[in-house]
Amino acid sequence: MDFGRWSYVAVLVFVILGSTWLEVFLRSRVLRRPKRLLLTIAPVLLPFLLWDAYAISQGHWYFTESRILGVYLPAGIPLDELLFFIVIPFAAILTLEAVRSVKGTTSPRWRAGDEVS
Amino acid sequence: MTYTAIGILAVAIAVLLDLFAFKTRMVTRPIFWTSYAIIVFFQLITNGLFTGTQIVKYDGAAIIGGSSPANSAPAFLGDGRIAFAPVEDILFGFSLILLTLSLWVFWGRRGIDRTPASGPPIWRK
Repeated sequence: MDFGRWSYVAVLVFVILGSTWLEVFLRSRVLRRPKRLLLTIAPVLLPFLLWDAYAISQGHWYFTESRILGVYLPAGIPLDELLFFIVIPFAAILTLEAVRSVKGTTSPRWRAGDEVS
Repeated sequence: MTYTAIGILAVAIAVLLDLFAFKTRMVTRPIFWTSYAIIVFFQLITNGLFTGTQIVKYDGAAIIGGSSPANSAPAFLGDGRIAFAPVEDILFGFSLILLTLSLWVFWGRRGIDRTPASGPPIWRK
């Protein structure tokens, strides 16, 4: 299968499909906490986009241009990369909350430290 | 700095922030490591897709292994690679995940959208 310019985005769609079902079936309730989600993802974006910009400028990693959207942010960062730094943290938070959903919070062992009681 | 050096530095910074800045101590909690174990499994698949299909390539000067070949997939395992991707990606992913989850819990502790809490799964009650 060749997704052409959508190849990078297709991988992100795979991640979204693989994680968003947790919101429904394990009741992760991440999308129901949008302020907290935004306050988490936004500050993490910054250092990682800087890292990305540096790595691209030094040639640490580079992209096959026919397999990315072809839209670039400043410092030559592909738009696909910005989407990566939104999708991956979102999937990670969904996973944490899904594990917590299964384990429950009654046992001190499984606490994350932000429980109401 | 190489990708290897930045990766090690990023992990160190993320751990220090978790322990001493956000004071969330995620690295001491089973909930974090259980989540991370699931995440890293899927990270290897995702990395494999990115690198194995040559969407992303790496310069051998910046990583432990050699450069990505011009027109073929790199080694699946070995030459500093796991599932086609440089081992450095594990450091990159770990720092991204730890920083994200630490900050998520940090805001929860501060009372930002602490509720609705997650769970239980739909098959329970």
